Amino acid sequence: MLAYATTPTAYVFVAVLVAALGMFTFQAGRFFELGRADLSAFFAFHPWLFMIFMPAIAMRLWAEEARSGALETLLTLPMPTWALVAGKFLAAWAVAALALALTFPLWITVNILGHPDNAAIAAGYFVSLLMAGGYLAIGSAMSAVSASQVVALVLAVAVAFVFTAAGTPLVLNFVNGWAGAQTASMIADLSALNHFEGAARGVVEIRSLFYFLTLIAMFLSFTALAVEARREG
Amino acid sequence: MILQVEGLRKRFGRRIAVDAISFDVDAGEVVGLLGPNGAGKTTTMRMIAGYFEPDEGSVKVFGIDVARDRVRAAARIGYLPEGNPLYEEMTPLAFLRFVAEARGVEPKNVRGPVMRAAQAANIGAALTKPIDTLSKGFRRRVGLAAALVHDPMLLVLDEPTDGLDPNQRQAVRVLIGELARERAILISTHSLEEVSAICTRAILIDRGRVVADDTPEALANRYPDGLEGAFRALTKGEAA
Repeated sequence: MLAYATTPTAYVFVAVLVAALGMFTFQAGRFFELGRADLSAFFAFHPWLFMIFMPAIAMRLWAEEARSGALETLLTLPMPTWALVAGKFLAAWAVAALALALTFPLWITVNILGHPDNAAIAAGYFVSLLMAGGYLAIGSAMSAVSASQVVALVLAVAVAFVFTAAGTPLVLNFVNGWAGAQTASMIADLSALNHFEGAARGVVEIRSLFYFLTLIAMFLSFTALAVEARREG
Repeated sequence: MILQVEGLRKRFGRRIAVDAISFDVDAGEVVGLLGPNGAGKTTTMRMIAGYFEPDEGSVKVFGIDVARDRVRAAARIGYLPEGNPLYEEMTPLAFLRFVAEARGVEPKNVRGPVMRAAQAANIGAALTKPIDTLSKGFRRRVGLAAALVHDPMLLVLDEPTDGLDPNQRQAVRVLIGELARERAILISTHSLEEVSAICTRAILIDRGRVVADDTPEALANRYPDGLEGAFRALTKGEAA
């Protein structure tokens, strides 16, 4: 966390992410033209923006340590590897949470303009934070397998893209025609886009919570294995 | 016995970096690992510190097997890695606080150990400056302070005087001498002068094997050119 707080990088990411969320909400999402007192236009772009911004926040978690040699300092501290992985992930997640918290004026705005379902908006924020965790975990894992932040970023965006684009109609129609509806449904279940769709409308599904928590656990486990592999020399 | 190394072996691909190395270090000893580049000194130290896992053999710190219980063993080791990697964007004060807390010092009690380590390493003048603005000598001493901050009984220092000017080298040697009264200290070095000046024992390593283990005086007395003669006679130069 200290590493994020003492470098300008995190502040820049937070500022750019908040600006991008605002821009997409008002321009591409046509927030005012929709004439609805909700944040669906805001939440709609979260998967696509997080797919890029979360790997950018996570890219230095391990790659920078490996490049500078500080990984040796870290891995010789009397702490289990899982605690190091969890600590770094939580620090990155806190940065993502800060960015989401800074979009709070949007929530106030819809309350001034109308009478939104605030519970639905809160649910959207909650699942959005979980989804950010999923993308950060992917970023953490890719950062652990590379000593270059740029390579880590490219790998993480590529993996995150697969977990996002798998739920698009383009991919699902293609898979449906090629491998059948059952396979298409399985592919859709793997997509963050699919699991966030309900949350964007204020519906929190248990299976979606389970999906994002599994995504986090799976990629953090992968991170721990990749970090441990460095002990092999 | 504070440190026991038994039959330590490490292979990187087809190259054997450390080949069945065994030695002990007890309190009051300053043991110098001496050898040409690529002899296996750093790999040995990394296995002792728990950074690398040995392929064979064991490292025990106060009887705790590092490979089996790394966390408990690491709490008893102060380690200065090769190249002295630090968190460049931090100040020495923040870095030492981080290391002290990560090494189990209670956050509310961290100031005392941090200031003691900073004083011992003589970095008081630079405590609040970003590490990336410090000279190589200061940075090396920040690394030394980080190795000392939790008051460990075993110090593993990979080239502790590398990058220091003669005055700073002398100060670090005096510090190591003072610390050695109650602790076990293992240092790696290329400097024969350093071995003569501060080590109570010298372990000469060549191509991953121990080729001599004796006091610097005894080693020096066996060869006409002293310690340098021993180094030249017992080692075959830089390993690939």
